[in-house]
Amino acid sequence: MSSSSNEEVTSYSPGWSNVDVNKMLAPATTQASIKLSIQNVNAWFGKKHAVKNVSLDVKENSVTAFIGPSGCGKTTLLRCINRMHEMTPNARLDGKVILDGFDIYDKSSDSAMIKRRIGMVFQKPNPFPTMSIHDNVAAGLKLNGVRDKKLIRDVVEQSLVSAALWEEVKNDLDKPGMGLSGGQQQRLCLARALAMQPEILLMDEPTSALDPIASSKIEELVQQLKEHLTIIIVTHNMQQAARVSEYTAFMYLGELIEYDQTKDIFKNPHKELTEKYISGRFG
Amino acid sequence: MSNSDEHMGKKDKLSGEKSRNASSDYRQIFHEVSLKHASRRRITDKIISILAIVCVIGAIIPLGSILLEVIKNGAAVISIQFLTQPPGSIGSDSGGIGPAIQGTLITVGLASLIGAPIGILSGIYLSEFAPAGSGKGVKERAISFFANTIRLFNDVLTGLPSIVIGIVGYVTIVLAINSFSVWAGAFALSIIMIPIISRVTEETLKLVPNSLREAGYSLGISKSKITLFIVLKYAKDGVLTGVILAIARIAGETAPLIMTILGTSLFFTGLTGPVDALPLKIWRLASQPYESAHAFGWGAALVLILIILILSASIRIIAHGKGIRVRTGTI
Repeated sequence: MSSSSNEEVTSYSPGWSNVDVNKMLAPATTQASIKLSIQNVNAWFGKKHAVKNVSLDVKENSVTAFIGPSGCGKTTLLRCINRMHEMTPNARLDGKVILDGFDIYDKSSDSAMIKRRIGMVFQKPNPFPTMSIHDNVAAGLKLNGVRDKKLIRDVVEQSLVSAALWEEVKNDLDKPGMGLSGGQQQRLCLARALAMQPEILLMDEPTSALDPIASSKIEELVQQLKEHLTIIIVTHNMQQAARVSEYTAFMYLGELIEYDQTKDIFKNPHKELTEKYISGRFG
Repeated sequence: MSNSDEHMGKKDKLSGEKSRNASSDYRQIFHEVSLKHASRRRITDKIISILAIVCVIGAIIPLGSILLEVIKNGAAVISIQFLTQPPGSIGSDSGGIGPAIQGTLITVGLASLIGAPIGILSGIYLSEFAPAGSGKGVKERAISFFANTIRLFNDVLTGLPSIVIGIVGYVTIVLAINSFSVWAGAFALSIIMIPIISRVTEETLKLVPNSLREAGYSLGISKSKITLFIVLKYAKDGVLTGVILAIARIAGETAPLIMTILGTSLFFTGLTGPVDALPLKIWRLASQPYESAHAFGWGAALVLILIILILSASIRIIAHGKGIRVRTGTI
C-alpha cells in the first residue's frame, strides 16, 4: 500500500512485526468512519488456537472480505464479531471488539442486543423449517416482542424487496420457506437478517452452497446493501472477494497476514504468502 | 517466478504418473477381490433380506393374532349399554363397564396433565440447558453432574416395576388422605410417564440441527423463545410420539392402580375417592368363574385398545391440523 492512499488502514500482526505499522497509517483524511474495530482478538476451540491476536478496523458502509484457505480462522473471527463464537461448547475468546466505541465483550453488554445490531447470514441456507416465508422474515421481530401487525407486514415486504425476493414470493408468503430453491432460501435468510435492521451484516460464505447464478444475485445484493449497512463477508472464492469488497483481510493459520484495500491486496500484495495465495499456488 | 512454475509443473507431472500407475494396480487388485467375493456377497444379501422378512412376519403374527382374538371375542358384547352402564349383578349379562371407561379417562387424563409438562420440560432442560460435557468451570461441572444424575434417575425409573410405583403412591397419598383416590392413581401413573417423555424429548431435541438455533441466536432471540418456538416446534412430532407412547403405556397399567384407585363398580364421585379403570376391570372380570364375565372382559379389552388407538390418532391429527406441513429434506 502506498502512503499516499487517503484511506486509513491499519494492519499489524505480531507474526509479521517487521512491518512498519506507522508507515501504513495514511494521513487522517478519513471519508468513512470506523464502524467496528477488532482489537487483539484471540479465539480458541478447546486447546486449538483458532484466531491469533487479530486486529483490524472495519469502515462504515463498506464491504470487507475475509479470505484464506480452509481452517485459517476466518469464520471463527467472523463469529467473534457478533458473539456467536462463545455459544459453541468449549469455545473461548479474549480481546476487544469495539462497535461504535463500545466493547461488545464488555460486562454490561447484552449478547442478544449485539446480535440484533449485527446480523448474520450462514454458509448453508437455514430458514426455519416450520415457518412460512412471511413468518421466517417476521420471526426476529415477533420473537423479540414486536406486536404491531402492520409494522411487521411492512418490514417483511421491505426486507424481501431488499433481498430481491419479493417479486418471486409475494403471492406465496404463507407457503413454507423450505419449499424455495437453495438460492431463494439464502435470500430468504438474508431478508430475515435484514428485517432486524442491522447496522452490520456478517456473511459466512453465503454463496458456497449456491450455483453461479444464485451466487451472482447475492453478490449484486451485497453491492446494493452496503449503501445502508456495513458488510463483512467470508469467502473461499477470491474472485468473489475481488468483485464485491473494498477491503480484504487475508488470514492464514489463525493469523491476519495482510489487511488492505482489495485492489492493493490483489494487485500489489505486500506479503509473499498473500501473493502466493492470490495467485493460487496454495490454499 | 516462471522458473519455479516450470519446476513445479515437472514435479506434478512425475508424481501424477506415479499415482496413476499405482491407482491402476490397485484397481486390478480390487477388481479381482470383488470378483472372488461376488457370489458369496449375493448369497449373504439374499439370506439377510429373507431373515429380515421372516422377523417382520414373526413380529406381526403375535400382534395380529392378539388383535384378532380380542376383536373376535369382544366385539359381540359392545353396545351402548355396555359402554355406559355400571356393572349389573355378578354373573348376569346385564350392565356394562361405564365406570371403568370413565375412570380410565379421568385417571389417565389427570396423569398426563401432571406427567407430560414435567417430562417435556425436563427433556428440554437436559437437551438445551445442560448439554453433556461442556465447559470446565465449576458451574458447568455442577450442571453437567446434575444433568447426568437426572439421566441416570430417568433410566432407573423407566425400568422400575410398576407395582413399586403403586406402593409409593399408596404410602405417600393413600395413607396420607386415608382414602384410595384418583389423585393417588394419577400420581403413580405420572411417575411412570415422566422418565419416558423426558428421555424421548431429550433425544428428539438433540436431533434438531444446530443451524436453526444459531439462526435464532443471530436474530437476537432469547434462548427460551428459540427453544419453544423454533426447536420444540421443529421437534413437535417426536415429542408427541413420546407423549403418546407414555399414555399408551399407562393406560394399560394395572399394578399401580390396585394400590391407589382400588377399583369400584360406581361412577366417579370425586378426585379424593376411588374410581375404576379398564385394566383393573379386565383383571377382575377374568378372575370371575362366569362365561358372561369373560365375555365382558374381552369387550373391555377391546375398548381399552380402541381408546388408546383413538387417543393416539386424535393427538396426531390435532397436532398436524395446526401450522404448515413441513416438506422434509434439506436443512
